[in-house]
Amino acid sequence: MSDPIRGIGVGTGSAAGPVARMASVPALPAPRPVTDPAAEASAVRAALGAVVTDLDERAARVSGAGAEVLAAQAMMAADPVLADEAAALVERGTDGAHALTAAFDGFRAALVAAGGHFAERAADLDDLRDRAVAHLLGLPVPGLPDPGHPYVLVADDLAPADTALLDPARVLALVTVRGGPTSHTAILAKALGVPAVVGCAGAMELEDGRHVLVHGADGVVEPDPSPEALGRAADRERRRRELLAGVQGPGRTADGHPVALLVNLGAPHELAGAAAADAEGVGLFRTEFLFLDRAEAPSRTEQAAAYRKVFAAFAGRRVVVRTLDAGADKPLPFATSADEENPALGVRGLRTAARDPELLETQLAAIAEAAEAGTAQVWVMAPMVSVPREAAEFAARVRAHGLPLAGAMIEVPAAALRADRLAEVCDFFSVGTNDLAQYTFAADRTLGSLAELLDPWQPALLALVAAAARAAAEHGRPIGVCGEAAADPELALVLVGLGITSLSAAPASLPEVRAALAARTLAECRELAELALLAEDAADARGKVRSRIAGH
Amino acid sequence: MHSIQVTVGSRSGLHARPASLFVQAAARQPAKVTVGRPGQAPVDARSLLSVLALAAGCGETLELTAAGDQAQDALTALADLLASDLDAAA
Repeated sequence: MSDPIRGIGVGTGSAAGPVARMASVPALPAPRPVTDPAAEASAVRAALGAVVTDLDERAARVSGAGAEVLAAQAMMAADPVLADEAAALVERGTDGAHALTAAFDGFRAALVAAGGHFAERAADLDDLRDRAVAHLLGLPVPGLPDPGHPYVLVADDLAPADTALLDPARVLALVTVRGGPTSHTAILAKALGVPAVVGCAGAMELEDGRHVLVHGADGVVEPDPSPEALGRAADRERRRRELLAGVQGPGRTADGHPVALLVNLGAPHELAGAAAADAEGVGLFRTEFLFLDRAEAPSRTEQAAAYRKVFAAFAGRRVVVRTLDAGADKPLPFATSADEENPALGVRGLRTAARDPELLETQLAAIAEAAEAGTAQVWVMAPMVSVPREAAEFAARVRAHGLPLAGAMIEVPAAALRADRLAEVCDFFSVGTNDLAQYTFAADRTLGSLAELLDPWQPALLALVAAAARAAAEHGRPIGVCGEAAADPELALVLVGLGITSLSAAPASLPEVRAALAARTLAECRELAELALLAEDAADARGKVRSRIAGH
Repeated sequence: MHSIQVTVGSRSGLHARPASLFVQAAARQPAKVTVGRPGQAPVDARSLLSVLALAAGCGETLELTAAGDQAQDALTALADLLASDLDAAA
């Protein structure tokens, strides 16, 4: 038995399993003289060969686009000119690790200089270089572990690129050294429906294979748990699951006030899971997946075919489609310009439509064509609306395509402050809490060090949500929340108390939100909202709401 | 030694999938094939990284050179591939 390690808990469940660590990038050792150039050169070739073998094995285990990406990376690592250049450097006296680094960096510089799509491959080369150097030095290979059995993932921090590759069937829990309650790891844990402990300083001392018990509710990781502790956790987990399973169907408060529970959808592979979830529809259908990694926009026919699949899977249910949200962290060669100094404040979201109206016209035509072919209730909304005129112009274009419901995302504080005017010209709102927090607090949402400002419990953020909800109610307009805030069962109660009429989140987080709503009346939600609005800061808001809930 | 000039037909240029297909085809040839901009140093057509680093865009002219067994056949096959729109083949 060892002492428990503490951090910030995410989720309410517990899970136990063996640790698998995500190794960090190997540090390049000091240069050393080469005594046997022939042996060193063959070690360099063997290290590249090992990278190719790893990638080929992984490619064989996945299918579709994932396999194609891995196969392309394997081809890069297998490049004969790359190996020859590294070997030639070794022959001239450079040690293997530095020779590999120099050979990769030569190509990297050429790709970066070429710009555009070519420069996007630079990150692949960095990853291949780190893997090859790790193999050469006999260090653990950086990247996601693959122990071949379910595991508790322990990492310094997780980036979106790592987590896209996570196999949800294998990951039992997440533990990271860095990160806060709204970090990417926390978001991912909610999406996977697994417990997590983030900001856990002692996490990297847990060795691979060591058994741990992870408690999401109290943020504790117990190494070498006793059979009794495991038994207690399993009992609690069973009771928790029974409680969640006991509440099903449309979302409503204890006194029957309806709150639509919807899923977020952003990629074709999520469709089956999203459609099977107990949800009233899709609250946020992100359409970027059709546009990413392409030189030109997809045709109307291609888009319509993709939308038709989604509308068919949600026949009879609501699907809120967000039109293309290009720019900022999702640059597209045909929609965004590469020379903006501040892309998050640049021509992004609906603003791209002013520069290239055809892009939006084609998308709306495709949505209308697909909507016509199915029975889903199709709502269409624009990202990054700032002023009422933009909302009015967007709504007019949506209606011109025969689509009845046009909405505006509330992501810019200006839109929240003038929500009464926006509500006059469009049919519904959807609050994107992540971007609204970024713009309200002037805090880059990709910076982990600003996590506290970006906390969705910040009273200033909640005040803007309240203002938008009040305006929506006065005009009888529905207003949803589709940011990560909607996945937090306690914050969901606050949002409903503020006047939010629907919540959209990852399918795995809906059961807890549904159970939380079913246990409270609308009047209680309003009291909780009042407590949060009057709090000093995010931690105070969360703390006051939690203790009120516990006291009820 | 044989050579031929070809215009890149892929819409996104000699990038990603088009580059992979071209390099895989070059690796299957018994002849040694190089590719480059006319008048500039060519690169090994079997090297994906070298071909990507050319950063050849759609509509650019590239020169293929082949030496060795079935050099002419290799040029014909690879020139056809380079001139077609490999993005559309996806």
